[in-house]
Amino acid sequence: MRLHGRSLMAFVLSPTAPITDWLAALDKRSRTSPAFFVGRPIILDLAAVALNESQIGELITQLTERGVRVMALEGTEADQIGPSLPPVLKRGRQANGETVLPPSDKGVATARPRQRQEPSSLLIESPVRSGQSIIFPNGDVTVLGSVASGAEVVAGGSIHIYGALRGRAMGGSMGNARARIFCSKNEAELVSIDGYYRTAEEMDASLRSRPAQCWLENRVLAIAALD
Amino acid sequence: MGEMESMAKVLVVTSGKGGVGKTTSTAALGAALAQAGQKVAVVDFDVGLRNLDLVMGAERRVVFDLINVVQGVAKLSQALIRDKRLETLWLLPASQTRDKDALTEEGVAGVIKDLRDKFDWVICDSPAGIERGATLAMRFADAAVIVTNPEVSSVRDSDRIIGLLDSKTEKAEKGQRIDKHVLITRYDAQRAARGEMLNIEDVLDILSTPLLGIIPESEEVLRASNLGSPITLNNATSAPARAYLDAARRLKGDDVPMSIPSDRKGLLDKLFGRRAA
Repeated sequence: MRLHGRSLMAFVLSPTAPITDWLAALDKRSRTSPAFFVGRPIILDLAAVALNESQIGELITQLTERGVRVMALEGTEADQIGPSLPPVLKRGRQANGETVLPPSDKGVATARPRQRQEPSSLLIESPVRSGQSIIFPNGDVTVLGSVASGAEVVAGGSIHIYGALRGRAMGGSMGNARARIFCSKNEAELVSIDGYYRTAEEMDASLRSRPAQCWLENRVLAIAALD
Repeated sequence: MGEMESMAKVLVVTSGKGGVGKTTSTAALGAALAQAGQKVAVVDFDVGLRNLDLVMGAERRVVFDLINVVQGVAKLSQALIRDKRLETLWLLPASQTRDKDALTEEGVAGVIKDLRDKFDWVICDSPAGIERGATLAMRFADAAVIVTNPEVSSVRDSDRIIGLLDSKTEKAEKGQRIDKHVLITRYDAQRAARGEMLNIEDVLDILSTPLLGIIPESEEVLRASNLGSPITLNNATSAPARAYLDAARRLKGDDVPMSIPSDRKGLLDKLFGRRAA
């Protein structure tokens, strides 16, 4: 299965100032349909509010407490956003209507979630190239090739990379602390699980260039060699 | 008469990063294929920053350009410039006064289609970057030569370009695969041995794409450029020229063993009265 040029449909939440009023309105809506946001990919559009990084973090925490998992940000500058926050999306396109539509076939380099009944995993048979981003909130991602420097794989579950991991891998992105990351050659720029991350600089040199796995242990990202 | 399917091959020479040798390689490969009797058009897509005319030594003969043809101001036959040295080699220059916004997808599609009817090879010299000019240069390609220096930033940009070749080209959108070849330029074997450059294996491992050739670093390349002559014409026995001639034969499908031509060996061969193969 080749996975170029797919996209998924995500909800966009666009907070307005003052945030407290907006959260109250969200709460009101959630009361009428409590499970509305559960398991759904959400993009947070920050164009209408001026928030700094810690305020964005606080807003995401508020949303997380309401069962809203933010997959990505929009309407803010990527260079202002630290790696602990969701990635910033660009050139997202407006879908027709306000309800959830089936995934469309257009767009680039994001994965298409399967139907709910099917086992949720995604197999990528080609290398993930620099600049590409594989986002699969519904389960595990397996990459047979390498993940290049400047590429990223984001999975709701675990990530398995049979080539070299030279870019970023972010597992457990929807709040799964039991997710793990496996790769046959660790050259990662960044690994993260459930928001806890470690950059290349924070990795022990002895863990580089060899098979490795990452997991969360008491909210600390652990990395160990697999050979 | 029914329309026959053209056998022409549209090749894009691309890299992402600037200054790695796209234009030099376009001229050298175009000339090498023409030297082998193929009918070749080299097309400059670097609208606004055209260079291929200079490297081909045709800058004083440019009247019309790609934009004129795309916009229907001139006919293709008026804009094509025939090489003075090789009669099967032609240049379609870019415009220096316009910018890439003057290129439209439909316009480029029409020009490429017309070129396919006239030539065996259409070689598109892509601008640097990943924006409109670069994506239109690759849009209708059957094959791509990704020019890479053995250096991390160039390799990462090449990887990015390979991703675009696999998603943004017409072939990719139809679910077909575009033939991709890596051409390593400015390779210095001694510096690679000292660890000052990425070695060939590292580059190919990162890009996981087949190798078309290795062009050694040589002052001959700059000399030929400044003389307005593709290196394969200007000094066909120099190391880089031999590397380009081999690469062109591989493009045609010949099985040519991979080697890194060296000028030193050439000099020794000359001293001992032997000739390089």
